[in-house]
Amino acid sequence: MTPSEKKDCDPIFADRVRKESGVAIDRCYQCLTCTLGCDAAYAMDYPPNQIVRMCQMGFKDKLFGSSSIWVCTACESCVTRCPNEIDIPHLMDTLHQMALREGAPVKVPTVPLFHKVFLAPVKQFGRQFEMMMMGLFMLRAGKFSISDIKTNVTLGLGMFLRNKLKFIPHRIHDLGAVKEIFRKTVEGGQK
Amino acid sequence: MKYAFYPGCTQESTAEEFGLSSKAVCRELGIELEEIPDWNCCGASSGHFIDEALADALPARNLAIAERQGLDTAVVCAACYLRLRATRHKVAGSPEFGKQLSDRIGMTYEARYGVKHLLDIIVNDLGLEEVRKKVRKPLRGLRLVPYYGCYLVRPPDIVGFDDPENPTSMDRLLDAIGAEAVDWGAKVDCCGGSLILSRDDIAMKLLGGVIERAREVEADAIVVACPMCHANLDMRQRGPDPVPVLYFTELIGLALGIPEAEGWFRKHLVNPLNLLKEKKLL
Repeated sequence: MTPSEKKDCDPIFADRVRKESGVAIDRCYQCLTCTLGCDAAYAMDYPPNQIVRMCQMGFKDKLFGSSSIWVCTACESCVTRCPNEIDIPHLMDTLHQMALREGAPVKVPTVPLFHKVFLAPVKQFGRQFEMMMMGLFMLRAGKFSISDIKTNVTLGLGMFLRNKLKFIPHRIHDLGAVKEIFRKTVEGGQK
Repeated sequence: MKYAFYPGCTQESTAEEFGLSSKAVCRELGIELEEIPDWNCCGASSGHFIDEALADALPARNLAIAERQGLDTAVVCAACYLRLRATRHKVAGSPEFGKQLSDRIGMTYEARYGVKHLLDIIVNDLGLEEVRKKVRKPLRGLRLVPYYGCYLVRPPDIVGFDDPENPTSMDRLLDAIGAEAVDWGAKVDCCGGSLILSRDDIAMKLLGGVIERAREVEADAIVVACPMCHANLDMRQRGPDPVPVLYFTELIGLALGIPEAEGWFRKHLVNPLNLLKEKKLL
């Protein structure tokens, strides 16, 4: 380990990851099976096997600042093939949740933005409402380039003509129950 | 055969034809579906990304209502299927967690009933012999590649009614309705659906790979069992000669001679009508 790597080590953070994720990161013997089967690895700054190693070492800032944790597609191939059954997608989930909670700078901000706007109509209506979700995403991600607008108008029109674009959301009857779920979980009323 | 039915949000919008064909096919095959009253969104790929407690509580409310119906749940969307199974799996493994979760949703949930994907129900609960008996118009001459994607088969300790690397249930189903199921290299690849808005460069590369593998074996169409994969593959193909993407339920409906089938195919962005007319199936 180089001196700068030693400085990055945070054993307390490593322990928090172990506890919060419940993932057996210490079983990894770096066989690279996860990385070899990962379709998104080409777009990651650290491949999945290195993410596991960085968790063991507690490289908090490097993990939170990586692109890897955001571009993982959660396809579940790595955990399916891992000889030690290390649940890397779940580890990635724990890392995003920790990074978002701590307000760490995010390298691929459109990814958490998408997930947040996905949940907005769910909280408001109890079900997904694509128009609202798409609109919020485009607005907040600043997707206003000619090519973005062209793609969305083409797709939107295609869906409209096939009656797949709903203009009115479906509101569930017991919306209070869903709002209460949000309050007791992600909004921190009761963990 | 009776199941509580969890349609999932897409069945009423982007994947309307999947919902319509699923219900029509079940009716024809004698599978009774009782919709879970007042069901809510399961949170799909976003719940677990943002908050673990939310990711379990959203599916749990649906599962708790289905438990009151006293039935196993049938799911058609592969993403909903994984979320519902994952929560059920946790509760089944820990009654303590079940109590905690019940408190969060304000309803008791004890994982007393199962959760199954409609493909599993048709292939394994009903059986392909029953399907074969009801085929009126075998889909002869159609070369199809069955695309399982991620959540029908992975992770195998939570989902998994089939082999995670080389599943065959959809292959056997296509064979039973008279089509040719072609072996190919992208059966369980990821289409990148979760990144289609946020990092479309990655998603386009992944879905492009799936389309490319289908072309390599000269498939007439790709068959899917997931509305996310469908939206991704059907809506984002570029180029002059796109490959149609069909739901397995639409094909069963066509083979059973259900008259509404043509209307389902009209809802696709990549139009499959010419292909089906060419093969004298419409």
